[in-house]
Amino acid sequence: MAKLQHPENLKYSKTDEWIRVEGNLATLGISDYAQDQLGDIVYIELPWGADENISDEAKFGDIESVKATSELLSPLSGKIVKVNENLKDTPELINDQPYEAGWMLVVEMSNPAELANLMDAAEYQQYLQGR
Amino acid sequence: MTTHDSGIALKRTPLYEQHRALGARLVEFGGWEMPVQYTSILAEHEAVRTHAGLFDVSHMGEFKVEGAGALAFLQSLVPNDVAHLAMHQALYAQFCNADGNVLDDLLIYRLAEEQYMLVVNAGNIEKDLAWVKAHAHHNEHVTITNQSDFTALLALQGPKAQAILQPLTEVDLASIRYYCCAAGLVDGVNCLISRTGYTGEDGFELYCAPVDVGSLWNKLLAIGTPQGLLPTGLGARDTLRLEAALCLYGHELDEQTNPLEAGLGWTVKLKKAESFVGKDVLQRVKEQGPRKKLVGIEMLDRGIARGDYNVYDNEQAIGVVTSGAPGPTVHKNIAMAYVDASHAVVGKAIQVDIRGKRLAAQIVPLPFYKRQK
Repeated sequence: MAKLQHPENLKYSKTDEWIRVEGNLATLGISDYAQDQLGDIVYIELPWGADENISDEAKFGDIESVKATSELLSPLSGKIVKVNENLKDTPELINDQPYEAGWMLVVEMSNPAELANLMDAAEYQQYLQGR
Repeated sequence: MTTHDSGIALKRTPLYEQHRALGARLVEFGGWEMPVQYTSILAEHEAVRTHAGLFDVSHMGEFKVEGAGALAFLQSLVPNDVAHLAMHQALYAQFCNADGNVLDDLLIYRLAEEQYMLVVNAGNIEKDLAWVKAHAHHNEHVTITNQSDFTALLALQGPKAQAILQPLTEVDLASIRYYCCAAGLVDGVNCLISRTGYTGEDGFELYCAPVDVGSLWNKLLAIGTPQGLLPTGLGARDTLRLEAALCLYGHELDEQTNPLEAGLGWTVKLKKAESFVGKDVLQRVKEQGPRKKLVGIEMLDRGIARGDYNVYDNEQAIGVVTSGAPGPTVHKNIAMAYVDASHAVVGKAIQVDIRGKRLAAQIVPLPFYKRQK
């Protein structure tokens, strides 16, 4: 089994989303650990229309693997400015490249202070070991 | 993404260390810690359909029922007709309660003149044993032994199963017909070789002693891997059996469901000479028709119907999904569901409530997948 990757330049939530911050924008997806736990991802439902607001710890979508359905929970609040449309037809990108082609949303943060609640890679690694 | 935290120690099969070494993801199933996948459910599913898969199903329960009264006893306990069993033949049956509802489904093998082996679901071993023993109480012509802890079980399934297994045994596998078995050595290990399975493919199930199963597992992997065999977990087992429309206890079968509702009328022999537990009710259900029926569902809208989702005919709730998944071979999102009998019509347009959205689906014939012979 390939070793799971959790890049150092990202932040992580307790519900296994990753966040890449660039100025006021945050790109997010699910971690390598999360995609590995889910197994083969076959379908994802995201707020395709963009322009919607999301809030911290609220559901922003559903992800289906062969085996089960899981909710996607937002690690921060803001306005969705971009949704990864490629995932509609090729959700397996989330398995293959969770941090690149498997990104889900770009959000314009309305409360960047929420970033303080997130973990860095080392903390996330430790958090995973405790599971 | 949570793991079991029931605090109850899970049982492990003799192959636990092999599963760990192969990098399997282990989950709780029926009180056991079992591999749900080794690499990918889709890849493992595909391997079984096109080449072969090897499953550890040692968690299954085995009871021996023997004695001069064994046949009469079994006849009184299951709706199917055990008297029809030739030597080394197997039969699919259920234990029903007095309401005709299903306590468990099982295989019954006839191993000798007056000796049978019952193979039951792992999660029901204790319940079944108590049920069987209670009915054998004061019957001195039948002896019941729980062999579950002394029996390991591998399932080798897929079109290449026979080619992989044959070099390891002198038993002529081609001569073992579907739902028949033979005792023999496989790679020097004493086995009961059974042409049965739970995937919709040809294949074998190998019953052996727990101490021997490790070497047998390793050997089958070694021989099979170059031929496309993959170790296969319960995840693929579930999608394989769903495509083949095979019932899973706790989903399509439970103590609120009788075999006629489950489409298992072919296993209910109301005309056999002996009476059996639940017969009166099943007779009545047969005459009046079941009030709910198991149907196949194919999603038309994008979405996957999962167990417990509600099924609608426009505004009217008509049933509940029992199992659902993407069907990797049929390339459709499929499900089985119980619907009110009046709605159980192939071709009928229905909707499934998927997290608050009513998505279009239709009732289709079962099974979803049938192998080409």
